[in-house]
Amino acid sequence: MLGLNKKDFNLLLIVMALALLAPFLLNPFPSDSGLAQFNAGYPDLMQKFVIFGIFAIGFNILFGLTGYLSFGHAAFLGVGSYSCVWMFKLLGYNVLPGIMLSVVTSGIFAYLIGIVSLRRSGIYFSILTLAFAQMSFALAYSVLSNPKFNLTNGETGLQVYADDPQIFHSASAPDLPHLFGLSMRATEKLQIGAWEFQFNAGYYLCAIIMIAMFYLSIRIFRSPFGMMLRAIKSNNTRMNYTGLNARPYTLAAFVISGMYAGLAGGLLSAMDPLAGAERMQWTASGEVVLMTILGGAGTLIGPVLGSGLIKYFENIFSKINSTVLHNWFSFLPEGLEDLMVTLIYPFVGKGWHLTLGVMFMLIVIFLPGGLVEGGQRVKRLFKRRKSSDTDDEATQSTPAE
Amino acid sequence: MSKSNLTRRGLLRNSAIAGAGIAMPTIFTASSAAAYTNEPTGSSVTLGFNVPQTGPYADEGSDELLAQQLAVEHLNGEGDGGCLNTFTSKALKGNGILGKKVEFVTGDTQTKSDAARASAKSMIEKDGAIMINGGSSSGVAVAVQGLCQEAGVIFMAGLTHANDTTGKDRKANGFRHFFNAYMSGAALAPVLANEMGKDRRAYHLTADYNWGWTQEESIVASTEALGWETVNTVKTPLASTDFSSYITPVLNSGADVLVLNHYGGNMVNSLSNAIQFDLLSKQVNGKDFKIVVPLYSELMAAGAGENIKGVLGSMNYNWQLDNEGSKQFVKSFGEKYGKPPSNSAQTCYAQVLLYADACERAGTFNPCGVVEALEGFEFDGLGNGPTLYRAEDHQCFKDVLVVRGAQNPTNAYDTLEIVEITPVDQVTYAPNHPMFGGDDATLGECNPGA
Repeated sequence: MLGLNKKDFNLLLIVMALALLAPFLLNPFPSDSGLAQFNAGYPDLMQKFVIFGIFAIGFNILFGLTGYLSFGHAAFLGVGSYSCVWMFKLLGYNVLPGIMLSVVTSGIFAYLIGIVSLRRSGIYFSILTLAFAQMSFALAYSVLSNPKFNLTNGETGLQVYADDPQIFHSASAPDLPHLFGLSMRATEKLQIGAWEFQFNAGYYLCAIIMIAMFYLSIRIFRSPFGMMLRAIKSNNTRMNYTGLNARPYTLAAFVISGMYAGLAGGLLSAMDPLAGAERMQWTASGEVVLMTILGGAGTLIGPVLGSGLIKYFENIFSKINSTVLHNWFSFLPEGLEDLMVTLIYPFVGKGWHLTLGVMFMLIVIFLPGGLVEGGQRVKRLFKRRKSSDTDDEATQSTPAE
Repeated sequence: MSKSNLTRRGLLRNSAIAGAGIAMPTIFTASSAAAYTNEPTGSSVTLGFNVPQTGPYADEGSDELLAQQLAVEHLNGEGDGGCLNTFTSKALKGNGILGKKVEFVTGDTQTKSDAARASAKSMIEKDGAIMINGGSSSGVAVAVQGLCQEAGVIFMAGLTHANDTTGKDRKANGFRHFFNAYMSGAALAPVLANEMGKDRRAYHLTADYNWGWTQEESIVASTEALGWETVNTVKTPLASTDFSSYITPVLNSGADVLVLNHYGGNMVNSLSNAIQFDLLSKQVNGKDFKIVVPLYSELMAAGAGENIKGVLGSMNYNWQLDNEGSKQFVKSFGEKYGKPPSNSAQTCYAQVLLYADACERAGTFNPCGVVEALEGFEFDGLGNGPTLYRAEDHQCFKDVLVVRGAQNPTNAYDTLEIVEITPVDQVTYAPNHPMFGGDDATLGECNPGA
C-alpha cells in the first residue's frame, strides 16, 4: 500500500501508532504517584522526541546509506531555526512560511557545504563538515550578531520583539506561533482517574510531519537512488571503475539530509520561537550521531528510537535530584538510605551524561546494530522457542557496521 | 461523564490527525477552569529552580541551588527562619506561601538558552511550577524570561548582569534583583578616579557576546566621563582559554589600565595571562599599570588565587557586609553548609523570599497580582540594605559594592575586601536610558496564562 511492501507498511503503521498515541504511551504512571517522575508525556518533551526523530531520520539517509559521517549536521539545524524565527519577525507568527523557508535555506547551505566537503571522503569529510559547522557556530554566536549587523542576536538567541514588522500579523491571531489561528501551545488535558494526558496542537503538527518524513525516508531507502547510495557505501572505488560518477548521488543525499535537519530546526523554532547559537555547536552535531548509532544506523526506525532515548535521558534523568532520591529510599533505615543515595546520585541529576555514556558503551559493544538489533535478537529468541529450526531472516534491513 | 468526554475528544483528536482539525482552531482553545497557569489546587505549591549544574558556571549554579533550598526551608518554617526574622515585610509566617507548603523541582540550564528553556518548560508543563528562579548567564536569563512571559508564570532572575535583561528585553513577568553593567560602571568610576587619577588610557578586552558588549559600553561611557581615554576595545572569543596573544598588544598600545570584561573561567585565564606578562609591575606614561575586572564573584576570586591581589571590581553583595539581614543570612547559610554564601546564592535566596512575600501580600499566586505587589516595592533586611523594585523596568535598586582582591587573606573565603559601598542614588538611571533600550523598551502586559 502507498507504494510500500507489506513489511514496510506495517513499520509505517507502527510509527504512526507510536507518534499519535504518544500522550498515552509516555504517561504510564498516575500523576500523583512517585513514579510520575518518569512520565515523559508533556508537550515540550514529546515535541523534542519527534523533532529530533526527524533530524535523526535525515541524518540516517546520509550516514546509514552512503556511510559518509557528517560531524556538522547541527549547522543545518541552526540555519533552519534562524530562518524560521526570521519569518516570524518579518511576516508574522504563522508557522508555515517559517518551516518552508527553513527547509529551503538549509538546502542551499547543505549544497554549498556539500560541494566543498564531498571532495573528500572518510575522516577528511567528517573533519571538513565539523569545521564548517564550527564556523557557522562562531558566525552565529558573535560575528553576525554585532550591533551594526544583527542577524542572529548572539548568545541571547534570536527572538521576536514587539517592534518587529510582522506584516501579516492580524490583531485576532495569537501572539505566539500558530497555524492559521491554532496556537502551537494549545493543549487539551484529559483526566482519566489519576492519569492526566496532554494533547498539544504543536506536538500533533510535528508528529504528522514526522510521519510524512518517515514515509519519505522509506521510499528513499527502497528506491533505485537508495540502492545507488548503498553501493557507494559498500565499494566506492568499484563504482568509479565502472564509470559511474558517485558525487552527484552523495551530494543529493547530503542535501536531502541537510533539508531534513533544516526542517527539524524550523519545527524547533515553530514550537518555541527562540533560536540560540548552541544548536549549531559540535556537541549538537555529535548528539545526532549518537542518536543514529544508538538506535541502529542504516535501519529505518532506529534513529527515531535513538533520538527518543537520548532526549528522555536528557530531560527525565537530569531532573532526579538528591531530594527525590531521598524520597524514594525513605523506607530504608537511615544509614542504608544515605548509602543508596550516594551510590545512585552520580548517575542521575547532573550525572545523566554518565549513565548515557555507560549505556552507549554497552550498546556499541554488545549490540553493534543498536536498539534495532536488540529488538531483533529478542524477536528471534521468541521465534526459536516457537519453532526451533526455522531459518529466519532479519525482519528489518541489515544494520550498518 | 468522563466516558462520554473520552469519546468526544478521541473523535476530535482523530479528526485532527486526519488534518481536518487544522480548520477548527476553537477545539484547542483553553478549556480549563483555572484562572491562571498552574494554579495550585492542593495543599502545596511548586517552585522551579533552574540553575546551571553542568558547564562553565556549574559552581555558581550549585551555590544558587543551596540558597534556594535554604529559602524553601525558611518559608516552610524549618531551620532558624533566616531572613524572615529581619525582612521588613512581615507577611510571611513560616507556614509556606498562603498556607500551602512549598515544594520545588530543579533543572539544569547547562548555560545554554535552548537547554534552559527546555528545562523550564518541563517544570511548567510537567511539574506545575508557578515560578521559575535561577540562572547564571544573561543569555539564559533573557531566554527563560521570554518563555515565562509567554507561558504566564513569574520569572525571578538569578545572576544576570547584562543591561538587556531589564533593558531592551524587559518583560512584565520577569524580575531582577541582581545589579547590572551600568551600575558597575557608575559605581566603579569614582573609585577609579580616586585611585588612578583622571587622565588614564584604558584598553578593553571583552568577551565577545551580549553581556560583554553591554558591560564594555557601560564602562567606556562612565570612564570617559571621568576624562579617561579609551585606547582600544578588543573582542575575544568566548571559548578562548589562552589570552597571551591578546595581552602582548596591550603593552605596545600606550595604555596604562587594562579592563577585563570577562566572567568565570574566561576572567581567571585572562587575568592569569596578564599577571604572567608582569603587567602590574610595569610603568606606562609615568604611572603604575593597573587592571580592572568590573564584575567580580567569590568563585572567580577563588579560581584566580594570588593573581587578584589589588585588582578592583564590583559586586552585588558580599558576605562581609555588616547589616542585620546579611549577618542573619550568613549565619543560616554558614551553619547549614559550612561556608559563607556567594553573590549568586544571596540573589537567588532573596528572590525566592521576595516572590513568596509578594504572593502573601497580593493574597494570590496569580502572576498579575504578584507583579502588582512587587512593582514599586521597598524593603530591607535581605542583606543589601534598603532596596526598591522599580515599577518601570522590574530592576532592583540598591547600594553597589566596589571590592578589591585582598592583599593578605586570612582564610579561603575572605579573598575580597570591600573598598566602598556606592550609595544607590549614584547608580540610579532613567528607565528609558539609551543603554536600556531607550523609549522603545516596554514591559508589555502581565500574562497570567491559561
